[in-house]
Amino acid sequence: MGTMDQNTIPQDAILLTILAMGAVTFLPRLLPLLLLNRGKASGSAMPPLVESWLRHVPVAVLAAMLLPSIVVPNGQLDLAPDNLYLWAIIPTLLTAWKTRSLVGSVLAGMATVAIGRLVLG
Amino acid sequence: MPTESSTAQTTRVQPAWQRGLTQATPIILGYVPIGFAYGVMAQKSGLSTAHTVGMSLIVYAGASQFIATGLFAAGIPALSIVITTFVVNLRHMLMSAAMAPHLKTWTKPQLTAFAYELTDETFAVHAARFAGHKPDRAEVFWINALAQMAWVTGSYLGTVGGQVVPDPKPWGLDFALPALFVALLVLQIRDRLQIGIALATGVLAVTFTIWGLDRWAVILATLVGATLGVIWEQWTKTRSHKTRSY
Repeated sequence: MGTMDQNTIPQDAILLTILAMGAVTFLPRLLPLLLLNRGKASGSAMPPLVESWLRHVPVAVLAAMLLPSIVVPNGQLDLAPDNLYLWAIIPTLLTAWKTRSLVGSVLAGMATVAIGRLVLG
Repeated sequence: MPTESSTAQTTRVQPAWQRGLTQATPIILGYVPIGFAYGVMAQKSGLSTAHTVGMSLIVYAGASQFIATGLFAAGIPALSIVITTFVVNLRHMLMSAAMAPHLKTWTKPQLTAFAYELTDETFAVHAARFAGHKPDRAEVFWINALAQMAWVTGSYLGTVGGQVVPDPKPWGLDFALPALFVALLVLQIRDRLQIGIALATGVLAVTFTIWGLDRWAVILATLVGATLGVIWEQWTKTRSHKTRSY
């Protein structure tokens, strides 16, 4: 992650991009609430296959973002034991599993990486 | 702010903002430090303070904001950033659908305001709360508003901290996002099928990344992974129907 080259993206393009990001984030949050509350039908108005597919999206997208950030940190597969991220997964996973605490898990992971860097120099 | 319950004469009922604060406290404790990490990373990748905080106000979706800072820094085209954001945040559709039956009496403006601040964490709190209570509009809005305030405040503090802290690496701040993914993943997983989907999708994403598909890797792997999950579900369902009918 380098420092932004001021020439690559103009500042007003960043604002427009953020507004577009806001729109594509807001619509999936809003539309099911509005559409499913229109009719009297209780329960789901979505086709079962679509609902089932949507139910798998959270897990799939999180795994798809997570694993490459751990094992392909710089564009190359890195499964060596000096890859600190690989080790930091363990306390993060255990903390999340045992405490169900988001902040606790994040702090456990960050602390592992920080301590690892301190020890390894 | 008058509410359904506090318009009564009783003084023992806490005001809505206090009940909201009690409910929102675990979220606030999570959002301030994670927002801080986002603010530092955004500042380090060259985003202005206004854009960093603006993203927390306008987009308000942690994971995609972290990703966007990296993409902005790498000079990735805007369209790719928007598509990535869309796919990453598509999961909220399911949460929105799950909230719908509880909010049948709400007006459209109320639903719109609610949807704007629907996140993984507020969803988790509301889902637990609605299971046993009739939703109290004022309390729900306070939970959502306080949560986003915490996120925006954390982001701003991060941009300030980013100018003070020369290098976020010794603090492990660069691991905040992967750790957030791990925790969200663990909280989402309910059965073996989902563990299978997570592993398959993760391996696919790694493969696509190594092949050089880069930012498309997440989108492609997610589409394939979720579809594999549906196919697996349908296949086991028909198989169990067959075994039962014989």
